[in-house]
Amino acid sequence: MSTHIKLKKGLNVKLLGEAERSLPTSHYIHTYAIKPGDFRGIHPKLLVKEGDAVSAGSPVFHSKSDERIQIPSPVSGKITAIIRGEKRIIEEIHIEATPEQQYIDFGKAMPVDLNKEQIMDKLLKSGVWSYIRQRPYSMIANPSDQPKAIFISAFDTAPLAPDYDYILHGKGDKFQAGLDALAKLTEGKLHLNINPELNLTKVFSNAKNVEITSFSGPHPAGNIGIQIHHLNPINKGDIVWYINPQDVITIGILFTEGKYDAVKIIALAGSEVIHPRYHKIINGCCISTLVENNVTKGNLRYISGNPLTGTKITSSGFLGFYDHQLTVIPEGDHYEFFGWAKPGLNKFSFSRSYFSWLTPWKKYSFDTNLHGGERAYVITGEYEKVLPMDILPMQLIKACIAEDIDGMEKLGIYEVDEEDFALVEFIDTSKTEIQQIIRDGLELIRKEMS
Amino acid sequence: MKALRNYIDKIKPHFEKGGKFEKLESSFGAIETFLFVPNKVTFKGSHIRDNNDMKRTMSVVLIALMPALIFGMWNVGYQHALSVGINNSIFENFIFGFTKVLPIIAVSYISGLSIEFIFAQYRGHEVNEGFLVTGMLIPMLVPVDIPLWMVAIATIFAVIFGKEVFGGTGMNVFNPALVARAFLFFAYPAQITGDKIWIAGLTEGKGIVDGFSGATPLGNWGQNIVDHTSFWDMFLGFIPGSIGETSKLAILIGAAILLFTGIGSWRIMLSTFAGAIFMTLIFNAFAVNEYMKVDPMTHLVMGGFMFGAVFMATDPVSSAQTNKGKYIYGFLLGIFAIMIRVFNPAYPEGMMLAILLMNTFTPLIDFYVIEANIKRRLKRAAKIKINL
Repeated sequence: MSTHIKLKKGLNVKLLGEAERSLPTSHYIHTYAIKPGDFRGIHPKLLVKEGDAVSAGSPVFHSKSDERIQIPSPVSGKITAIIRGEKRIIEEIHIEATPEQQYIDFGKAMPVDLNKEQIMDKLLKSGVWSYIRQRPYSMIANPSDQPKAIFISAFDTAPLAPDYDYILHGKGDKFQAGLDALAKLTEGKLHLNINPELNLTKVFSNAKNVEITSFSGPHPAGNIGIQIHHLNPINKGDIVWYINPQDVITIGILFTEGKYDAVKIIALAGSEVIHPRYHKIINGCCISTLVENNVTKGNLRYISGNPLTGTKITSSGFLGFYDHQLTVIPEGDHYEFFGWAKPGLNKFSFSRSYFSWLTPWKKYSFDTNLHGGERAYVITGEYEKVLPMDILPMQLIKACIAEDIDGMEKLGIYEVDEEDFALVEFIDTSKTEIQQIIRDGLELIRKEMS
Repeated sequence: MKALRNYIDKIKPHFEKGGKFEKLESSFGAIETFLFVPNKVTFKGSHIRDNNDMKRTMSVVLIALMPALIFGMWNVGYQHALSVGINNSIFENFIFGFTKVLPIIAVSYISGLSIEFIFAQYRGHEVNEGFLVTGMLIPMLVPVDIPLWMVAIATIFAVIFGKEVFGGTGMNVFNPALVARAFLFFAYPAQITGDKIWIAGLTEGKGIVDGFSGATPLGNWGQNIVDHTSFWDMFLGFIPGSIGETSKLAILIGAAILLFTGIGSWRIMLSTFAGAIFMTLIFNAFAVNEYMKVDPMTHLVMGGFMFGAVFMATDPVSSAQTNKGKYIYGFLLGIFAIMIRVFNPAYPEGMMLAILLMNTFTPLIDFYVIEANIKRRLKRAAKIKINL
């Protein structure tokens, strides 16, 4: 192993309900959905209408600004509904799956035998391209860009996150095929960042054709943004691409089997899940089959993704395109009498202001209560403790609020994404929506640049 | 609990927009959130949030102030007993001090919180908790014999001109509690400096033991009188002084609470002590008078230095906001505090002025720290371009 980067800043939020390492037999799930909201900065142009039949891999819509970027249907079946929201924005495209899957054949070919154009062509045609995203802005990569590097984070440090080492176990060949394809897309390096402690099956350390770096430390050490910052930081004008390790398999299958196979393994976790474990599903599935009779009673929050950065969905909502985790935690819409004055043996805090520091090993059931009211920025120096980057978080946040583009650029806005500020938001004593502030700052710059 | 919650829910609509008492919305909110942590939930971003909030943070600071306050109350009684030559029990001393100090605390809270509530209502936001600490700091910073009306005026002045004119909590340039202290210092110098004001009843002078001076060690040094109070008396706090500042042991217990909970900045505390020791050692090396020869440890336990370093300099709003800035801020603060003490006979205690002075410089310090961060980033970009 060549380099090891040890990060000290950060925080592992210990939650109850970690997914058990077991896979039940696959479920048959009827309904699937594509949510255009998952794809930042993309204005969808629909290619299907209600009642149309689709196969796995048929394009459902493409980007208005770039027709090459298309989003494929994860399953074969029929378009049953197109749900629109305010101003007729398309919110969800529902697909009813057929019991037997029909795949569009994109042709088998090993990536090592293909050149860059052929690889890009296959990825774009099949829509698998949409799994490759770029920094800054965390949107689907622009095929015309020349990324200075491509990054894969092989581990996720977020609370209750899935273990990719477990998920990718036994899929080394497909993973390698995916890596071979990605390696041809950049003139720079293809980085695979691993955690040596989460590498039991050696699927990552045995990978070839990549630059392996090991990272250790608490969350957000597994965040791609943190890793990029330490390996090849983004300056103004730079573009890097990144992709989730499980989606590399999807690319691998596209080349080895010639089809868009949207099957993935997700972690169903959280304190309110009766049997938290891994599940094999198809991307974009309706979660109701997974959570039915498998969650506790009461008012619950269903999150597609992890509790720090995920999206709120309903108990019959759909898994997000880029999410590999489904979390169920209690809602916190209750009052607590003198809650702020209690000793708080059961109240986790990053500061030691509650006596929960007496039991550092304890895991907690967190609800969605804000635990306080929104306040002015008073406390200084706390954000720095959970952001392992050479970036001044408070100053960057204030530049974003002030819409000071020059200030944001100088303070390193291109290097961050909202997920890197999730812990900052979590510990924030002032209870402000820091991820939204960072997102708004990034959106402002993106619009200004285009 | 349930009955109270039901009652609040019942009367709540009157205080909301369109209700009978909508003008009192933020005051109602302050009381409601004091009693109950609100039921507000997250809906995007981080779905889970840390249990720590501003109320908890400020209450931890208040708890950290308690040892110094309780000792201060006892010491008020003890010093009084010394001055009139009677022998009281610990409890009697405490009760004497308690009755003297409680009215000052009450006046500080009532006058300050009224202004806070009015401004919160006027601005239409929730009442910030910061004043809970400021309102406790002000009584601890003043001599026990201070007239209550002065406390009220100073507190009102501090809240309005130390905080609200800058835009309210989080925007103030100076530490509001020190603004109150400085206001008293310049507006009513006779009542806040001298030898007689530190002990309850000494200004009136009834029944005082012959030859009892009441001067503080720092006051003596300020007048170039060599003071012989022992280190341990000063460290443990058996000396006259402002209500909360005398016991360094109690202050250090408070510091330990602040540091352990992660609420106080160790960077500022450490560098303030380092700055003060550094300056004292320089004075020791080039001493031309007796005061310059005073050793670092004595300086640390004299006067309000330690109280200032632990509770005032670390105010997160008016101190430097960047971590590197905090080191620079604290170090310079320590230097100035000792320099003002030793070289400025008009102000025996340099800590107050040093903190206010450094509060003025924090934006500048932060500016250079931020610039350095920006330059590092630009340099990195330039380097890569050259390599290409």
